[in-house]
Amino acid sequence: MDNLFGIHATALKIRSSRAQLLASNIANADTPNYKARDIDFKQVLGAMAGDTANSKMDRTHAGHLDAHGTTANGADILYRTPNQSNLDGNTVDLHAERSAFMENTMMYQASLRFLNGKISGLQMAIRGEI
Amino acid sequence: MSLFNVFDIAGSAMTAQSVRMNVTASNMANADSVSSSTGSTYRARHPIFETVFSDVMDGSVSKGVRVSGIIESQAELRKEYSPAHPQADGDGYVYYPNVNPIEEMTNMISASRSYQNNVEIINSSKQMLLQTLRMGQ
Repeated sequence: MDNLFGIHATALKIRSSRAQLLASNIANADTPNYKARDIDFKQVLGAMAGDTANSKMDRTHAGHLDAHGTTANGADILYRTPNQSNLDGNTVDLHAERSAFMENTMMYQASLRFLNGKISGLQMAIRGEI
Repeated sequence: MSLFNVFDIAGSAMTAQSVRMNVTASNMANADSVSSSTGSTYRARHPIFETVFSDVMDGSVSKGVRVSGIIESQAELRKEYSPAHPQADGDGYVYYPNVNPIEEMTNMISASRSYQNNVEIINSSKQMLLQTLRMGQ
């Protein structure tokens, strides 16, 4: 029963963290020296679903430093490689960020759609409808 | 729920961009405010944007933007010889502000585009949240 919602519940969490990161990038599109950041969705989802081949290095001691900083659900936040350098040190490419945000929103809605399907399927089973 | 933080982040950016618009409007309004001395002449102002790190230690990613200060341009003022002007100094010169109208116009367009982008982000996040709230209904 716990596995019913599968990967979509985790995916929603990661998608909402990513939405926050991309919103930060867009908010700081005009801030000098701001470095755009993002997460690697596949790596994070793999790590959260228990796929050890794709997971990141463990911090086995409280004194270990975190290399990049992490989101609330433990995802590594990486820096984007800029396509074109800016004189003011800002690496936000507004168009790339906007399309990434849009893609992220669509994927979030796709996961929601899957979850809704599962829930309505469950409800049908509970009511005994065909 | 990190989607709620999106409102704070995009909201902070909208505040910063509207400060930028205000400053630009002030510069444009005063583009021709002449004065009789360099000290009292209006100088073009520019906002300085700065990233707000919520709390570096908690590993949070919420990063808004704020206006850390407004600086006055140190570019040279335009000096014009017009002895008939009521504001002219002893040598017959008046001083014009160092406002560059072309620079201000591009600044204004950039600010309004950035503002619009953030409004779009808020709208998309609102849709995402409302759909999440309706999940299973």
